[in-house]
Amino acid sequence: MSVRDVISPFTAWKNVFRETVSIKDPINSRPGAPRYRGFHQNDMEKCIGCGTCEVICQNAAIDMVPVDGQEARDGDSGLRPRIDYGRCCWCALCVDVCMTGSLTMSNEYQWVDSDPDVFRFIPGAEKKSWDDAELGYRRPDDHHIKPAARVSMGEMEPQVRIGNFDEIVDGYSIEQAVLEADRCVECGLCVATCPTHMAIPDYIRAVREGDYEQGLRLLYDSNPFSQTCGRVCTHKCETACAAAHDGDPIAIRWLKRHITDQVPIEKYTEIIGKPAEPTGRKVAVVGAGPAGLTAAYDLARKGHEVHVFEAQAGPGGMIRYGIPEYRLPYDVIDNEVGVIEAQGVKINYNCRVGTEITMAQLRDDHDAVLLTIGLHLGRSTRIPGSDHPMVMKAVDLLRDITEGKALEVPRTAVVIGGGNVAMDIARSIARLQQQKFGKVGMTVTALEDFDHFLADPEEVKESFEEGIEIIDARGPREIMLEKDGRVSGLKTWKVLSIFDEDGRFSPQYDDGDEWIHFGEMVIEAIGQMSDVSVLGEELTEALEWNRGRIRVDQAGRTSEPWLWSGGDCVNGPDVVHAVADGHRAAASIDAYIMAKQEEA
Amino acid sequence: MSYLPDRSQSPVKKPDGSLDFDLSSGKYLKLWQGPQHPGITGNMSVELTVCGDEVVEGRTHVGYLHRGFEKLMERRTFIQCFPIVCRICVPEPDFNEYCYAAAVEELAGIEVPERADWIRTLILEMGRINSYMMYLGGQAGAFGLGVVGQWTTYVRDLMLDRFEELTGGRIYHMFILPGGVRDELPEGFGARMEETLREMESTLRDVWDVMFNNAVFKKRAVGLGYIDPDWIEPYGVTGPTARAAGVPLDVRSNQPYLVYPKLDFEPVTGTGSDTFTRAEVRFRDVQMSIDLVRQILARMPGSGPVMAEIPNVLHWKIPRGETWIRGECSRGEYGYYLVTDGSGYPRRVNVRGPSYTHAMALLEKLIVNVNISDVAGLMVSLHTYPPEIER
Repeated sequence: MSVRDVISPFTAWKNVFRETVSIKDPINSRPGAPRYRGFHQNDMEKCIGCGTCEVICQNAAIDMVPVDGQEARDGDSGLRPRIDYGRCCWCALCVDVCMTGSLTMSNEYQWVDSDPDVFRFIPGAEKKSWDDAELGYRRPDDHHIKPAARVSMGEMEPQVRIGNFDEIVDGYSIEQAVLEADRCVECGLCVATCPTHMAIPDYIRAVREGDYEQGLRLLYDSNPFSQTCGRVCTHKCETACAAAHDGDPIAIRWLKRHITDQVPIEKYTEIIGKPAEPTGRKVAVVGAGPAGLTAAYDLARKGHEVHVFEAQAGPGGMIRYGIPEYRLPYDVIDNEVGVIEAQGVKINYNCRVGTEITMAQLRDDHDAVLLTIGLHLGRSTRIPGSDHPMVMKAVDLLRDITEGKALEVPRTAVVIGGGNVAMDIARSIARLQQQKFGKVGMTVTALEDFDHFLADPEEVKESFEEGIEIIDARGPREIMLEKDGRVSGLKTWKVLSIFDEDGRFSPQYDDGDEWIHFGEMVIEAIGQMSDVSVLGEELTEALEWNRGRIRVDQAGRTSEPWLWSGGDCVNGPDVVHAVADGHRAAASIDAYIMAKQEEA
Repeated sequence: MSYLPDRSQSPVKKPDGSLDFDLSSGKYLKLWQGPQHPGITGNMSVELTVCGDEVVEGRTHVGYLHRGFEKLMERRTFIQCFPIVCRICVPEPDFNEYCYAAAVEELAGIEVPERADWIRTLILEMGRINSYMMYLGGQAGAFGLGVVGQWTTYVRDLMLDRFEELTGGRIYHMFILPGGVRDELPEGFGARMEETLREMESTLRDVWDVMFNNAVFKKRAVGLGYIDPDWIEPYGVTGPTARAAGVPLDVRSNQPYLVYPKLDFEPVTGTGSDTFTRAEVRFRDVQMSIDLVRQILARMPGSGPVMAEIPNVLHWKIPRGETWIRGECSRGEYGYYLVTDGSGYPRRVNVRGPSYTHAMALLEKLIVNVNISDVAGLMVSLHTYPPEIER
């Protein structure tokens, strides 16, 4: 203790004239920091109502609720988060996990009200003073609390795969599949978008948990063509996937395939279970494609006797005779159909309705008939020279290749068309060229430009890798012939526009930009139609039609009460739509014939 | 002239160690300090038995602040535990975030980017400074020096501004999460931090003059609450309380973590082991932390990721395992014991806050024969936070 100890404390007095450091008016003069975690904002247009904010909130402060003006649509549940500020702890995990970045926080922190209920509010829907605040916490660009990138799928190198028809993609290993399945946030937006409403988040969870039998059970609940859809589905689910807003969408298609790969095929029937007791009712299905066989599977499981009539020698319809083997191996289709047959479905091959048996006979012998005849006829451009024998239809060639017919493989060929079928035939012929001549000579000319291309981007990318030349925005004008009558190529003009002002198909060309694409063969891949000759004249007359396709109601029933239709011949080419059609038709047929049974 | 109490009236000890006194005799009085009392550090209470104005026995009572965090965490996913751990210790929440994140990372096998470690260290030192600022104000206030608390609250507020711009929150920062930290340092952060540190140093000079060179403070603090170095281990004493007794316990140097091996510092120690020495050790510790913040900002790598790639937190499962993560907070050794069982939830979380041993067992020992008016000062000198006693 010293004299200093007595005097020193009095130095505190030097602060007596100091300016005060407290803030007199914090509401107006002290905004929150630029990344302050203040009151929530939600961009209603960006938000997709996936509900991850609700799931992550450890206080259960967030509820997903319907909001006026927000309708459910593909990739958007129509729900929006309502936040209870009596529970919220402003941790901002909801902002971190938000898939679209729509949920943010302003730097506002003052909100006084005498009514406690107002503190449970829907950001974005209820106008607040901080709605337009530019400052406040937003998820930093590099801050991810879930992986954003898809686990890449191994595939055969282009120079290897071009020499054969082996399947290109490897399929996921268990480790890869678990990693990819881990990315799913289980929002379920995909379920609503999938035409057949597969239980996608549930089977992805089964992958994560290694419970493949449960996964397979879930797949077969809604899709007996899971092996096929696991390879060639148009995967609309992936465009609706919430993960696509912040990275890559979940590889839903590959995960589906992974489940089917992991379960031995001989265990399928045991896992799916036996069909119900026989009901004594009979249903005929015309066409053994995905739509027909899906309906047959559903009906057989309900105990009905199902007879399928197939004109070709093998099952699968468009997926067998329209999709090349390198995308969908035939043994996969055979396995798939085997599982369906194990449920009691009887398939009569090489039995063309209209020739071997008539629709009238089917009607008389069965309680109901389902018509799923696919799109087996190719359309023609009808340009000069298109009737030449070396001007072929893609769908015919693809069928010939499947049947193993000896083709006259051209050294060079030109494809007209820019859809997936054009890619399929170009890549199939390219493989045959490689096998026969050791080099590829394929040119694809598409009406659309690359920004509006019809084929899947993967197909285009892989075609380029395989040495196929794709030229966009070219309109076919004439088949060029040699003096001796052989096809020498295709003349095209530059496409200026495809549709007119009313949105009608009316391509406009620049005749100054002419191009001759050399080829010994020209292949038309501009669309397909059904071979409706199976119906016979009488039925064709009796049925109602919709632009060349049979008109059906929502359940797939035609204007004839005993006849249903579905699949590509009604809704255009798409496997998973065909499966969905099959389910719908089967449900409707079952209800109809069971009611008939009760009446009887 | 020191106070010489008459201990002839003090009760004798019974063989079991308890005191033998008869409350009805009128010689003794039960006096509760807390749970609502300005002379108590948070929601706990000390049940005093006094004889005259001298404490003959003190029993510590907790249970007023039990929120059951450890149990709550067993029903929350690993990411959902992140926003609640900071609440276990309000004045210095960052240690909870760090220990929890480090435990999860170790069991999940996640490597944190180097830059995230630097930012974590920065945050922990900023939090330490703030915690000490509360302590200095409280310690001075317990002996009637109200002005020191006003000054330290002011500079603590400046540091909270830095926390706000860095983390988006002033009290609960929620910035250190499993995998790294949420974000980069904001633009111009270093310059503003330097301004804050200078203001803080200026205030600390005033605190030194007014608090440590003060006859009143010295008279009351010197010799109060002496802790024998031999008690350090059996009583589980850690941190500045142990260092003031000459025992150099500092996890930062004894078992370095984060980027402490890359920083230059020596643990601050003292010899007096009384209230005054403990205050002085903490005062010098603040100066060291200020120096560490400067070192960190100067030596931190210029760029790089601040967050590791982590699995999808919505269904994050961590393999079976257990770990003990510890760190040196302003009160001593802070630790998290985490057990995982392969599920998406922690099987068991145990939080070890240094206040548990200091505020309960040690206080009961030190409080005997202390004047009632010094109880508050003694308790503050152990620097205890009841929220971390009751997890």
